[in-house]
Amino acid sequence: MDALIKKRIKQVIKGDQDAFADIVEIYSNSIYQLGYRMLGNRHEAEDIAQEAFIRAYVNIKSFNQDLKFSTWLFRIATNLCIDRIRKKKPDYYLDAEVSGTDGLTMYSQLSSNAPLPETELESLELQESVQKEILKLPEKYRSVIVLKYIEELSLNEISEILDLPLGTVKTRIHRGREALRQQLRYV
Amino acid sequence: MKCNDEIVDLMHEYLDEEIDPKNEMILREHLKGCKECETLFNEYKKTIAVVKGTSRMQAPPDFTAKVMASLPKEKKKVGMQRWLRNHPLIAAASLFLVLMTGSVFSTWNQEREFSVSKQDNLVVQNDTVIVPEGEVVKGDVIVRNGKLKIEGEVQGNVTVINGEQYLASAGHVTGQIEEVNAVFDWIWYHMKKTAFDVIDIFNESEK
Repeated sequence: MDALIKKRIKQVIKGDQDAFADIVEIYSNSIYQLGYRMLGNRHEAEDIAQEAFIRAYVNIKSFNQDLKFSTWLFRIATNLCIDRIRKKKPDYYLDAEVSGTDGLTMYSQLSSNAPLPETELESLELQESVQKEILKLPEKYRSVIVLKYIEELSLNEISEILDLPLGTVKTRIHRGREALRQQLRYV
Repeated sequence: MKCNDEIVDLMHEYLDEEIDPKNEMILREHLKGCKECETLFNEYKKTIAVVKGTSRMQAPPDFTAKVMASLPKEKKKVGMQRWLRNHPLIAAASLFLVLMTGSVFSTWNQEREFSVSKQDNLVVQNDTVIVPEGEVVKGDVIVRNGKLKIEGEVQGNVTVINGEQYLASAGHVTGQIEEVNAVFDWIWYHMKKTAFDVIDIFNESEK
């Protein structure tokens, strides 16, 4: 896949805009997912993911082709998410809980008319509370936790994405883990 | 309990998958005997499991199409700028050409005034320069914007710019006679002159 990405990037740099579609297709889910877990709702997730891809396209010439493209893309997307979180008003967390009840969207993911089995309902509630707790984390812990446990990236990659020393990334993951444990241990 | 800090560090090392076998042994041994740490450890593992277990979100089906539609279109101007960047030599050459043409035309237009090279025995009547009969003019004769009548002898080249020359039957010119009237002649004349000047510079420096 890396070879395909490299080829597509070269085509895009030469001016072949259509070659960018494959790149978007391959990474759309993980970038959208990142936005959703960082920001807490689908609308903003889509918005931020779109912007991340557009920025990647516009700045593709500044991408060092010896590096991993996904790291670069994740860096753009994570920075956009962090910027947006910082711009939000402090009452955001109240909003988040409401939009966290955006669990409506989770229900709608299931086939609409079928009655919800007990276990699935429970797992949905669990999902909701996990999402809520992730969103309660301060942005610096939230980003490492999302990159590590949702995107399943290595500590080294996270350190590159966030442009932080490995030690800092570890400390943040440990603190994020601790905060989540305290909230989620009885679920 | 004193064990906590060190053991918690080991737990994090374990959870980061960076623990070495020796420390892992220490951790395992400790957990066997310490109920409190075991509970903590299990809570961590459970937390990670539920976070990892959240459902994977899918981007909307039309996501790629939307992104592609909102990419900036390449402007023609951008294409032109890139072309210039990629062909600096041609860009420089055309700029030079434009400036050169401009300066040549302006010199042509400026030099509308009557002028003649300085030789003592040339006679000037209105806009006509006369080389009198029996006189010998030494050196090149250049007349701008006027007529030249040669009745005597010129030992050198004769150039008439934007005018006309008349060589009487008795007149004599040892060098070449040249009339420059149109702009293109003028340009050609300039180029030749520049080239000869350059050669002269070389010749002089050799001396």
